[in-house]
Amino acid sequence: MAEIMKINTEVTIAGVTFKNPVMTASGTFGSGMEYGEFVDLNKLGAVVTKGVANVPWPGNPTPRVTETYGGMLNAIGLQNPGIDVFIKRDLEFLKQYDTKVIVNVCGKSVEDYLDVVERLSDEAVDMLEINVSCPNVKEGAIAFGQKADALFDITSKIKKIAKQPVIMKLSPNVTDITEMAKAAEAAGADALSMINTITGMKIDIHRRTFALANKTGGMSGPAIKPVAVRMVYQAANAVKIPIIGMGGISNAEDAIEFLLAGASAVSIGAMNFINPYTTVETIQGIEDYMRRYQIFDIKELIGAVK
Amino acid sequence: MAKRKETAKVQQQTCIAPGIFDMWIETSLAQDAKPGQFINIYPDDKSTLLPRPISICEADSGQDRLRVVYRTVGKGTNEFSGYHAGKEISILGTLGNGFPIEKASGKTCFLMGGGIGIPPMLQLAKALHEQGNCEVIIIVGYRDANLFLDEELAKYGKVYIATEDGSVGSKGNVMNAIEENGLTADVIFACGPMPMLRAIKKFAEANDMEAYISLEERMACGVGACLGCVCKTTKKDHHSQVNNARICTDGPVFEAREVDI
Repeated sequence: MAEIMKINTEVTIAGVTFKNPVMTASGTFGSGMEYGEFVDLNKLGAVVTKGVANVPWPGNPTPRVTETYGGMLNAIGLQNPGIDVFIKRDLEFLKQYDTKVIVNVCGKSVEDYLDVVERLSDEAVDMLEINVSCPNVKEGAIAFGQKADALFDITSKIKKIAKQPVIMKLSPNVTDITEMAKAAEAAGADALSMINTITGMKIDIHRRTFALANKTGGMSGPAIKPVAVRMVYQAANAVKIPIIGMGGISNAEDAIEFLLAGASAVSIGAMNFINPYTTVETIQGIEDYMRRYQIFDIKELIGAVK
Repeated sequence: MAKRKETAKVQQQTCIAPGIFDMWIETSLAQDAKPGQFINIYPDDKSTLLPRPISICEADSGQDRLRVVYRTVGKGTNEFSGYHAGKEISILGTLGNGFPIEKASGKTCFLMGGGIGIPPMLQLAKALHEQGNCEVIIIVGYRDANLFLDEELAKYGKVYIATEDGSVGSKGNVMNAIEENGLTADVIFACGPMPMLRAIKKFAEANDMEAYISLEERMACGVGACLGCVCKTTKKDHHSQVNNARICTDGPVFEAREVDI
């Protein structure tokens, strides 16, 4: 009987070691409760939670989601229960699992973000992901992610008080992603995640109105993957800090593409909605790929395509 | 049993009215199905990625099969309407809370369905018939004389019909049928278009009745994660505590007074 080849799928980002590079993209997986019915959360590299603010946010009016060719648009507007309930309920729930916890933080002002970051300082959280790229809320969020000086400012303020390593989640809705990546790195960000959704619009020609109540929404799903791979590649070649890549990943092949482009880890987003088992199937598929090509350590793949 | 996604097999499909399709699916999900719940059906065409949430019309747990009756409204449902016996499809279920049939005990119930809100009333009528301790009055509204499921519903209670064009039964909608026939009940179970549900909510409040209404909204995940399909609630919802309940998981059935529609 052939011996099963030993492979190492661990990746380390800012001193945090993940059992594999597969995470969940914020906003597509709640805090894991809903998908815990389908997948064993212990198998995931990390659960990245839905964005949480210092107070509850009601989000946008409906319709909040609509389908587009090979993808979807959403304008949820970061509905969340606020940090108090989140700590008591969601973080408590996640403690049962042997996976890393990355909390996505959102806010309308710098103070809002700092409030949440501070509240999380003594909690069982491995990393923070700062959402400066949500296209669906009017104040804050993306306003901090589209100008390099604003991004530098908020990143450095968060870094001053954060107890956990900080990931800045970047928006693709910019002219030059490398400028934003460099600004975050210069301000002390420990890692980057990209891409958030691409701003889009859909018009219902039968009702002659916008498909979403918010008029615009963030596009996600397989249709955006080439944009995301390109941006991860550009950013990986512009900064030294690690990148968590995402945008339309459906399977292991897609995930490996991001790793080869320079991502140290990947997140599954919209595809959780289509196939709730996508995360675990991707992990298995990466292992199969490594065995097939005799790759002993996943780090050999990261940024291997120059 | 837990929610799950599985490959199921189409057993048969027929067109029962213009644009209305009746499909039986062989699936173990039938074991868990409650009246008022729904399943997600995934189109094969990868340009239409999102699942289509479709209410369960009938569940035959003895034979592991579910029945859905749906209207073709776009690319996804048009694809489904072309499925023949033997076709393998991806479905996820069973989803949503379903109707609280225990609330019917010892009471007279209105089962009200409008258009493509009629199908879930069949499984509900069956379940109430099996439960046996209530009187069932069925009121269904159609656009025109192209009726569907009315004869099957009649096995479980007296059926009153309304049509928009007045070709069958009362002219107008289900509310007109209630008025015209002088019908009364203690509790309402309803599914249909939003104007109908709003009228039922108003009617129930005016008459101090309980009304359990099944809501609809654009969905993505169907399992409570994406927060796409919310409805305004009068009290704080337990998930986000912002008076926005998730129709897919906290609903689709709500007591009418709980929701602001």
